[in-house]
Amino acid sequence: MAQNESEIRYLTPPTVEVKKKKYCRFKKNRIRYIDYKDPEFLKKFLNDQGKILPRRITGTSLKYQRKVAKAVKRARHIALLPYVTDLLK
Amino acid sequence: MSNHYETVFIATPVLSEHQMKEAVQKFKKVITDHKGDIVHEENWGLKKLAYPIQKKSTGFYYLIEFKGAGSLIEKLEVQYRRDERIIRFLTFRMEKFAVEYAEKKRKQKESERSKEE
Repeated sequence: MAQNESEIRYLTPPTVEVKKKKYCRFKKNRIRYIDYKDPEFLKKFLNDQGKILPRRITGTSLKYQRKVAKAVKRARHIALLPYVTDLLK
Repeated sequence: MSNHYETVFIATPVLSEHQMKEAVQKFKKVITDHKGDIVHEENWGLKKLAYPIQKKSTGFYYLIEFKGAGSLIEKLEVQYRRDERIIRFLTFRMEKFAVEYAEKKRKQKESERSKEE
């Protein structure tokens, strides 16, 4: 019995999550201008309804989030990206 | 003080190739007439729109990059609005990184072209 006390047993093994640190892809890759003409690239920053994803999910820095937003809005205006949709991807 | 601008317009898909060329000529003339310098132009051809505009699902895209005074933009956009062939347009000033990016992209394309030949 003494053996069991020293060893804690779990029904489901505890998940030790190793959190991956988010980073700003523009700072990392030294991208300074975000092109609105590349809808495939901009789709990385949209959810499947075509909404712009928040910074807390993409990890983009504030400076570039503003630029992403501008590029997406330009792309929408010129009909490269939809304003409203379902199942974008 | 002149600025660097980029303008894209979408023309109706009902135009023939000749009519499209004519429209492009017209807007290029508007720019040059008002002391604008055309730096670059690009024909994207007939593209599918992400959503219908004026009940049309496709359109001819054309891009012009130019240098000019700010007062030119107003005149150019008035011409866009008056023209029935144009269903959508976008004009904006390019910041320095945008200019750099555009130049780099052009050089890349050129080198690709020279490789192919």
